[in-house]
Order: sequence, then C-alpha cells, then structure tokens
Amino acid sequence: MSSSHGSGKPPADRADPLQHARSPNRTFGPQPPGEQFEVIGKRLRKVDGAGKATGEALYTDDLALPGMLHGKTLRSPHPHARIKRIDTTKAEALAGVFGVVTGAEMPARFGVIPWTPDETALCIDKVRFIGDPVAAVAAVDEETATRALDLIEVDYEQLPALFDPAEALARKDVLVHEGNKHGNITKEVLLEFGDPDGALAKSDFVVEDDYFFHGTAHAPIETHVALARYGSDGVLTLWSATQIPHYVHRELAKVLDLPAPQIRVIQPCLGGAFGGKSDPFSLEFCAAKLAMKTRRPVKFLYTREEEFYAHRGRHPMAMRFKTGLSKDGRITAVDSKILIDGGAYSSFGLVTTYYSGQLLTGPHQIPNYRFHSTRVFTNKPPCGPKRGHGSVQPRFALEVQLDRLAEKAGLDPIEVRRRNFQGAYTTTVNGQRVTSNGFDQCLDVVEKASGWKERRGKLGRGRGLGVAGSMYISGTNYCIYPNDMPQAGIQIKVDRSGLVTVFSGASDIGQGSNSVAAYIVAEELGMRVEDVRVVAADSDLCPVDLGAYSSRITFMVGNAAVHAARKLRKQVQAAVAQEWGIEPERVVLAGGFAFDKDDRGKAITSAKAFQITEAVLETLGSTGSYNTPNLGGDYRGGTIGASPAYSFTACVAEVEVDEETGIVTVPHVWTAHDCGRALAPVLVEGQIEGSAYMGFGEVFLEHHDVNRYGLHARPNLLDYTIPTSVDCPEFHASYVESLDPEGPYGAKEAGEGPLHPTIPAIANAIHDACGIWLTKLPFTPAKVVAALQARDAARAAGGGANGTANGRAH
Amino acid sequence: MTAVTHLLRLDVNGSTVDVAAPAHWTLLEVLRYRLALTGSKQGCDKGDCGACTVLFDGKARLACITLAADAVGHRVTTIEGLVTPAGLDVLQRTFDEAGALQCGFCQPGMIVAARACLDRKPDATRAEIKEALASNLCRCTGYTKIFEAVEQAVRAGKAAHVGGPASLLPSGDATPAPASGAAR
Repeated sequence: MSSSHGSGKPPADRADPLQHARSPNRTFGPQPPGEQFEVIGKRLRKVDGAGKATGEALYTDDLALPGMLHGKTLRSPHPHARIKRIDTTKAEALAGVFGVVTGAEMPARFGVIPWTPDETALCIDKVRFIGDPVAAVAAVDEETATRALDLIEVDYEQLPALFDPAEALARKDVLVHEGNKHGNITKEVLLEFGDPDGALAKSDFVVEDDYFFHGTAHAPIETHVALARYGSDGVLTLWSATQIPHYVHRELAKVLDLPAPQIRVIQPCLGGAFGGKSDPFSLEFCAAKLAMKTRRPVKFLYTREEEFYAHRGRHPMAMRFKTGLSKDGRITAVDSKILIDGGAYSSFGLVTTYYSGQLLTGPHQIPNYRFHSTRVFTNKPPCGPKRGHGSVQPRFALEVQLDRLAEKAGLDPIEVRRRNFQGAYTTTVNGQRVTSNGFDQCLDVVEKASGWKERRGKLGRGRGLGVAGSMYISGTNYCIYPNDMPQAGIQIKVDRSGLVTVFSGASDIGQGSNSVAAYIVAEELGMRVEDVRVVAADSDLCPVDLGAYSSRITFMVGNAAVHAARKLRKQVQAAVAQEWGIEPERVVLAGGFAFDKDDRGKAITSAKAFQITEAVLETLGSTGSYNTPNLGGDYRGGTIGASPAYSFTACVAEVEVDEETGIVTVPHVWTAHDCGRALAPVLVEGQIEGSAYMGFGEVFLEHHDVNRYGLHARPNLLDYTIPTSVDCPEFHASYVESLDPEGPYGAKEAGEGPLHPTIPAIANAIHDACGIWLTKLPFTPAKVVAALQARDAARAAGGGANGTANGRAH
Repeated sequence: MTAVTHLLRLDVNGSTVDVAAPAHWTLLEVLRYRLALTGSKQGCDKGDCGACTVLFDGKARLACITLAADAVGHRVTTIEGLVTPAGLDVLQRTFDEAGALQCGFCQPGMIVAARACLDRKPDATRAEIKEALASNLCRCTGYTKIFEAVEQAVRAGKAAHVGGPASLLPSGDATPAPASGAAR
C-alpha cells in the first residue's frame, strides 16, 4: 500500500486508521469463495509455461544492457590462508579492464541470518576455503576479465586447514574464524523433552547406531548470475538469479552503504534453486559495486565449477541415534547426537542446527526426546539449506531405526508407523502445534499402490520393499529478522479492460508460485486465468515477500492472495448487486462473468462488472497479506521449527540388489504426500516427483566433497552425477488432501516434504531385499558389497543377518 | 587484446546470417551473444548438461562444444526455430500441457532433443524416449512429466505438428487423470 502524503485527519470512513492493520482475520478457511471451485484443483497450464517452452522466457543471463561489462572473480587457491597483500595495479592497467574491486572496499559483514554475519563480499584478511572470493574484475568481455585475474598479485600465508569436522571440534589452535566465541563451533543446541534416558532404560527394544549423511549439492541447471546497473538517478538495479530478493535487497544496502530506497532488486525467470540461491552471494555485491565504480552495467555469470564452490548444499552429518520401542510397537524415546559439517561460513547454519532436531517430532508420536546437535566450521565450501533443510539427514537415521525396531518386535514396518501416528490437532513433544495431518492416509495410499501386503517378502532373491514417513513445515513461523510486519503481501490492480494484474513479491523458482497466485485471484474474482497477469519479485513494483524458502510461498502468499482478492470480490459483488437491485449474495462471479444466481440469464462480463464497480467506488485495487499466529515451544529455540501447518509424506521404494556387483536398482518409488488441498494438482505432482528424484540421486549418485587438499572432488556435471532420464525409477506421485484450517483453501506445502522419506525408504528396501542395514550414505556398490560380506560372515558365525556393515566413512 | 575474428555465413532457423565472431567462439556463444537467440541455455559450457542442444542438420547437437565455424554449411535450428507463423511445435504445447516445465531452464534443449528423437522415430516408445533424452539433465521434474509430454506428442502425431498459440484453459483430456483420489 502506498503511503499517504501530507497530514490531516484520517478519512471519515475509517476513524481509526489502524483498525485494518489490527484485524486478526487473515485466513478464510478451506471453502471456495463461490458455490464450487472453478479454477482451484483443476489441471491447468502454468501462466509462464508457453514462454518457457518457446525459449521466450528471459532468465538473468539472457539480459544484456548497452555498454555492459563482464565480471569475473579471483578465488583463493588455498583452503586456509592469511592475505598478506593484494596488488591489482597490473590488472587495472590491462586494456579492456574498466574496474577492479577488493574486499577492503566492501568491509561490511553480512549473512543471511542476522545473528551470524561472518561473510564479506570479498575476503579481506583471510581465505577459508579453496574458491573463497578474493577480488573481482569488470572488463569488456569475459576473456579480458579472466586475463586480468591472472595479473592480480596476492601474497598468502598458508595456515593449517581443517577438513574433518571432528578434528575441527577438537582443535583449539586452528580457528576458521578467529574471534568466534566457541572455537570452531558455529552453533550447538541441546534440547531435552520428557525423560529419554529413563524411557530408554525401560524400553523392550532399543537400537543405537551411527549414521552418516554425506554432502550433496543443489546443482540447478542455471548457475548463479547477476546483472547490475547504476543509473544517473542514483538508483542501483540488480537483476539476480536469487530466491530471496528481499534479503538481497537488505544486504546490498548494508554492504554497499546505500540507502535501501535507492536499490531495486529484480528476480527474472530463474533456472532452478532448491535452496542454493537463498543466501546473498559475492557476485551480487561485486556486480553492484563494479557498476557503481565503472558507471556501466556489469554482469557476472558463475561457471559450473564456481557454482560448486559457492555451494551452500546439504550439510554432511555424522549422527548417533538411539531409539526405543515397547513390545506393542510404541516409540518410547529418541536420543540423538549429531555433528554437522558446516564448511567455512555460517550461512543458514543456526537454523540447520535446530532443524536437525526440531523437525523430527512428527508424524510419529515421540513421548521422550533429546537432541544434541553441533555445527562446526571447516575449510570447505560453505553448506546451507537444500530442499528439506536440516531434517532430511536425521530423518534418514530415525526411519531406518524404526525399521530395525520393527524387525526386533516382529512387526510390519507400516504397522509400526500406524501405531505411532500422532494424529491431527495435537502438540508434538517439543511444543509444535500440529493441525491437519493426513499421514495415516498417506500410508494407506502407498501400501495399496505398491502392493505391499501381497508382494512384500514374495519378490524373490535380492528384491525388496521399504517404507518411511516424514513431516515438514509450511513456512517458518518467524521472519529471519524479527519484525511484526506481514510475512507475505499481494497487491491487485484492476483494469477497465477486464485485465487484473497481481503484484506478488514471491520468487517463482519453477515451483509455479506465479501460476498459483493467478489461479487464486482468478478463483476469487470469477475470472478466466488468462485475464490475470502476475508481476513478481521486483522490489520497486511488488510488496515484500520473504522469499522462496522453507516451503512458505503457497501457504503464505496464497493466503495473502485470497485476502487481497476476497476484498475486491466483495466490492464487485456489492456494486453489481446495487446496479441490479438485488442482494450481493445473489451475484455470482465465475468463468469471466458476473451473473444473478436466481436469474442466470442476467450476466455481464468481468470487465463490465469492474467498470460498474469503479464507477461507484474509486480506482480499483486491493492489498492482502498474511502473517503467522504466535506459535512455538516455550523455551529458547522453541520458535525454530514452528510452522502454521505441517505437511506429511509416506514413501515406499522397491529395489533390486545385485549381490555380485553391489549395484542397486530402484524400479519404483511410490510417494503419497499430504499437501492439504492441492490447489494446482499438476504442480503438486511435479513437486512430489521432483522431490523423490532428488532424494534418489542423493542415495546412490551424488556426493559433494573435497579431496585431501581441499579441492572439490568433482565440480562438474559429468563427475557430480545427477540422475539422468535413464537412471530414474518410475516415480508414482499421489497426494492426500487433509484440508488445513489455516492454509489457503486448506493448502499446505508440497515442495520439500516429499523428499525426506525417499532416502530411508530405499535403505529399508535394501534391508528387505538382502538383509543388510546400510547406514552411511551414499550407497555405493563397494559399500553394498562390503555389507553383504559382513552379513555372510555373521551368518557363518551363527550371528544371524543383523550385522551392520558399511564402507568407510568420509 | 583482440582475438582473430572470422566472418561466418550461417544457416540458422531457416535464415542465412552473416556473423563476425572470434574464431574460437562456440556455436552457443554466437547464438546467444551475436544473434540474441537466448533460448539455447548455458548450464555447464562443457557438454555435460544438454541445455544448449540444437538441431544440426536435423540431429541433436550440443552448441556449447561445437565451434561456430564448424556450423558453416549446416542447418542449425534452435528452440526459437521450432515456432513458426503457424504456431508452436507440438512438443512445445505438450510440454506445457503435461506440466513438464518447472524452472524451464533445461527445457529448450530438452524439447529440441525430443524433436530430433521424434523426427527420427515418430512412434518412439518410452524406452526410446528415455534413451534420446539421456544427455539432457533436468533437475526439477524427475523426468516423469517430460516422458508424458513426449508421449503425448507421439499420440498427437504428425497431423498436430504445429498448432495455435497455447491457451491457459484447462488442458482437458490431454493430461492424465489425477494420480490418486483425494482422501478427505
């Protein structure tokens, strides 16, 4: 909403100007606005689909401006070193070079989490991993810029480097960040609920073992790219492949020391993110700074190799888990101790550390719970949030342990999960409010779809089925920087032509948030979807949205869209009713028309209805917003993991293990996801399939790590193997609609939750197939063979088939 | 420093174009930076991801590892070239209808690779489709809806090679029924 100018009395029709802002009613329940849903729940095309299919859609690297320069980044060749001297003289003298920038020119520290600002746009006195950015150049073309990098002289004093998180935890003499209060620890969380020790002591069955989740990368097909222009009006415009334009806006203001109103951030079409574009990155600051220095537009496009070094991928976690079960199959307690390898910077690490424990307390009822998670710095590319942030790793451990306990108790793995189902409208042991919960139905769906009852145990040698379940958040309850303002906003403009433009701050990163905004507004105003256009993720034009992270957009921006459009709907109904001399309830808006419910021949187009409304009211427009209710446990950190609604997933995987080679193939993955109401079923299915795909890749194919020198082991898409079309299982996606009271029309998230159970379901299926428990990811053929040999050795020794065996941990 | 520049006469999307470009430039660089055909994407610049796939004399080829000079005397068709005044290629429509487009970044290359596949074998089976797209990485979809989109195009056949502009209306029977009943 634009601010009003001047002073004076509030308008007569609103005696208390704050009345609206205080209104608590920002959600509207699961019902359709009219008699039935006309748009929501239909299998529609995306609003931007055709443009993407024809190549018209413009991504950041497709943009070019007159006089544009190309930027390149000089990166550290050492994993840990002090910068003694940087001399850029020769680079600056090279023909075709227009500007060079070093860290000293942008000394302000930033970080996506305001409590842990430990990054600078370029390193100033120290480098902390191979690939840490040190200087940047803007030149007439990429080749000249690259040549200039070679002319920058940097003297380093090398320091001992830490690659092993356990060593980083122990060493006090080598510090990745001097001045950090607790050595190399970036965050440590110990939370206990109930009496886990007592409950475990009394449990009929207890399993305790170690799990390892390796590092993995997002590997979006579009690398990081940013384009900056500094206009003669003093306005800095940044186009960036980011999924958090609002936080980039804030950090740009801080680092460039520019007033925020002088900065405009635009996110064009974005080529995949998955959490990897949710930090501010060096190139955004460098493009902006060099545009200001050179007074010419500057574009930075990271190479694929730079993408791998910029990283922020899934944190490796070494996890010790202990879980108890009663004879009747009830979980008694879970106790975990987790060491998290954070890499060189904090990024989202504070949240990761909490999420590694806080998001594990559903859909299974856990009466006693403790987690002790410690994140440490190492001299490796920094880790951050990847799809299913922080909770994919411990979910793997917990779900495998549930199967181990089911085996001990002689229970079917699905049955164990049914018996522990926490139910809807409950509170978890760590104080999180759970509303709708369709996990039991998800289990039913995958049990039936996979033929679990008929087929399990009868598939023959080397073949098996495995199950797992999970929960995830639909947005975080609190903004990253504390404030009382809405988390999401929508503005709507109505044109006399019958076009409605929706201004959304949300980042459409491929998940289809622009389409969902259009569907909702079309539903509320009874319009055809093609008469609704969405303008998104432009800080000059759109209200603030916090970004595409934590699976928050459908839930929060969706609610804001309903809020904004519902107000307009009521205005249109009232104006048309007055024109026709009938009650507003009789005015139906649907399919591009307004008509009289009791006299259906009486109909006008949406355009005409808007004209009537504009004539009796004023220029038509509307704003809407959503903010979360106060939620969370009453303890330090109790709000982290609090979400207005949780999604739930069940997964069954089928595997075939070749015992000769250790090669595991996965013919089928069945995933059923409780997303509340599926506002756009095609998009929901796409999110479920894409999540299962990404989890599958992490099990067998993908591994982000560094060699003993700190060099990335495989910084390209040939060696960092993401699944191809011939690698993938058949993904069978289903959804369950447990209508949520708070979500827009009852919707919850679908983008991240469905990834979680894929990984443990495959691990459990491998056990079902051949009797081995694999606990250290990724499951390479060598590890499978080693585990099979251990199994055979144990059998020969009369020890049964229960030995865990794994390849060497990394 | 100036690199050696060549004048190249190329056949791109049915037009003859003269381009001056450094001798070492790839076809992808010429397409994107000289001809402003930005539909072909750069995902890796080393032949690993397939986002730059173009038709080269009708066959799928990676523009990022093809020298522009080597394209002289050959027919190059990019994603933009699949759109004609008569409308979109049937694959461009079925990718949209099937929900195969998420972020969309890999899709120009994917659609071009699928076009090469169907030109070679209009009745391609799913196994053949999978094989034909194995050089094109998609990070969003898990490929499921991509396979469905190509299969839809196979079913539509040659008669529907091109059609009118895509509409946002429900795609009706062109897409499969919901994967599950909604359990309320």
